[in-house]
Amino acid sequence: MSEIAIRAEGLAKQYHIGALQNARSGTFRESLVDLCTAPVRHARRVLRRESFRTPKDEILWALKDASFDIRRGEVVGLIGRNGAGKSTLLRILSRITEPSSGFADIYGRIGSLLEVGTGFHPELTGRENIYLSGAILGMRKAEIQQKFDEIVDFAQIDRFLDTPVKHYSSGMYVRLAFAVAAHLEPEILLIDEVLAVGDARFQKKCLNKMEDVAHGGRTVVFVSHNMAAVSRICGRAILLDDGRVANEGSAHEVVSAYLMGDEGTTAFREWPHVDSAPGADICRLRAVRIRSREGGVSEAVDIRQPVGVEIEYDVLKSGHQLLPHFYLWNEEGIQILGSNDLDPKWRRRPRPAGRYISTGWIPGNFLNEGTILVDVAVLAIDPAIVQIYERSIVGFQVVGSLDGDTARGDWAGAMTGAVRPIFEWTTQHSAKVATTA
Amino acid sequence: MEIEDALPAPVADAGAGPHHHLPTLRIQPSRGWSSLGLPELWHHRELLYFFVWRDLKVRYKQTALGAAWALLQPLATMLVFSVFFGRLAKMPSDGIPYPLFSYAALVPWLFFANGLSQGANSLVANSHLLTKVYFPRLALPISALLGGAVDFLVSLIGLAGLMAYFGVGLSSRLVLLPAFILLAFVTSLGIALWLAAINVQFRDVRHTVPFLTQFWMFATPIAYPSSLLPEPWRTVYGINPMVGVVEGFRWALLGVDTAPGPMVALSSAVAITLMVTGAFYFRRMERTFADVV
Repeated sequence: MSEIAIRAEGLAKQYHIGALQNARSGTFRESLVDLCTAPVRHARRVLRRESFRTPKDEILWALKDASFDIRRGEVVGLIGRNGAGKSTLLRILSRITEPSSGFADIYGRIGSLLEVGTGFHPELTGRENIYLSGAILGMRKAEIQQKFDEIVDFAQIDRFLDTPVKHYSSGMYVRLAFAVAAHLEPEILLIDEVLAVGDARFQKKCLNKMEDVAHGGRTVVFVSHNMAAVSRICGRAILLDDGRVANEGSAHEVVSAYLMGDEGTTAFREWPHVDSAPGADICRLRAVRIRSREGGVSEAVDIRQPVGVEIEYDVLKSGHQLLPHFYLWNEEGIQILGSNDLDPKWRRRPRPAGRYISTGWIPGNFLNEGTILVDVAVLAIDPAIVQIYERSIVGFQVVGSLDGDTARGDWAGAMTGAVRPIFEWTTQHSAKVATTA
Repeated sequence: MEIEDALPAPVADAGAGPHHHLPTLRIQPSRGWSSLGLPELWHHRELLYFFVWRDLKVRYKQTALGAAWALLQPLATMLVFSVFFGRLAKMPSDGIPYPLFSYAALVPWLFFANGLSQGANSLVANSHLLTKVYFPRLALPISALLGGAVDFLVSLIGLAGLMAYFGVGLSSRLVLLPAFILLAFVTSLGIALWLAAINVQFRDVRHTVPFLTQFWMFATPIAYPSSLLPEPWRTVYGINPMVGVVEGFRWALLGVDTAPGPMVALSSAVAITLMVTGAFYFRRMERTFADVV
């Protein structure tokens, strides 16, 4: 067995949601009043035989029980749906926040990249920010000096080196920020989805740089929603679900098991209680179902058949215009499309409270074969406030056919691409063969 | 981030033996009071330097007068004091020309007051860093104060000019001036640590600081001499550590004899107590900073 780089034993983290909100908006006076009235409130609750756990002091376990070993030189992908505890785990391992229980042993110098441009100051120039950000991320001054040219070269910003970064385009900013981060050389590197920014070409460059880092014998823990990147870069993957390690093993196996729906994804999801359903004050998500034309819930859909994404939600407050929509992703983590509800019945009209079901139909012979993950969202319009946004909340398989009536025609090999529509093809024929010889 | 230095020696040497299995760091919930983590802070001294450098750069970017502000602030205050307290109220000034008398007190006072507000706000102002990267959190209030030290030095040059103008010579007492500067630093750090940690939870601190410094200024002999108080009250007055600082400055630079040992000793004791308790309180609250800020 090779040496351990990180050993985690029963890591858990709880947040007091009520307390948190209280502290955030709270003032000294409120806290004093709270303190003074607490005995009365408690006495009243005891008299009424109520629980001591008020809604104000709700406890959220962001991480419940995470135990795992990561060996030196391994590149591990940390995957799971939103809220599974990935970011919390990363924040604990990078010492930003303490666990509530459990422990983790770290063997070696550790560095973390939880955002692009940590420590950047808009008023300072590119040159100044390289030093500042480098130092904050844990580099020594001599180290930064030594790598300075390399960083500038990687970011391709040499002309703007002495311009304050507030005048940078967002692309330049991201490039410079990533360039600094990419030259960080701790023995263990924790990275949170920082690659989800920048243009495609630069993303590719970042991924390549990450692969270099990975092959350089350093230990890397990489949180990502980009399953293609995880499969490609990481040797191993850990799947978190509901604050626990749900699966771990080779990245390919874990990623495909996750995408196939064993752990993460099913064709329908329901929330029986409106209080715990995802959403905000205007509306709450109650169910999402993948429907076939026949009306049944369907995990596997024939590539020739239309498939419906059914969003069931409660509108709690009347009088708002709503825009239900969804996004489709394939198993490589590529977004295929987004679709907005255009139903003229409710478009641009404020909705009364009640239960709604909106279904968007994806035509047959449109998606490619494979696993499709669906993000479901509802936006309140004017003012635009996201009410619901659930990533990868349901998924389904698109199953191909060799019958010859699909876009593959009579070809039996692999069909690549995000979509596979049937196009009209025309052929022109002329009997006269060009015989110049 | 390098952390070896923060750990006890045997652990830091983990690489030596064949069993290479001792962790360099154990992450676990901490209970009770934590150590101050000073070796780790020392390890991050370059970061401290960069924070100070950043604060200075940013503070004087896009200002027309730049570092001249460090001189203007005490000079303007001195002028106002000289007119109202010196001329109109005929405030005694221990035989020193009143402008010099008040300016010598304003130099350490403004260092204290500015350091206090910068330090108290340092965590909240850097909340984006607290939630994204680890470094010893003590670096933030300390660097906020050190940034003020540069302004302090500039205003000290102004003091030298003023002394030359009024023809006040230097004596061998000057040797002890650094001790009083240190006392001013310790005092402001002590208060800043308390306020910075409380500010994370209760933003009331932001509203309290201007009021507190104003109140504190009148409780400190800046516009008036502490010789207005009879003994033993004058010594007891040293319970406000800034009294020791201000009278110490006048003693070391202007030859005023109102800073006898007991008053300064009392001030030092209070200042050190504030700093040590502040540092431990800060470290204790530190573990929740990222969750609460």
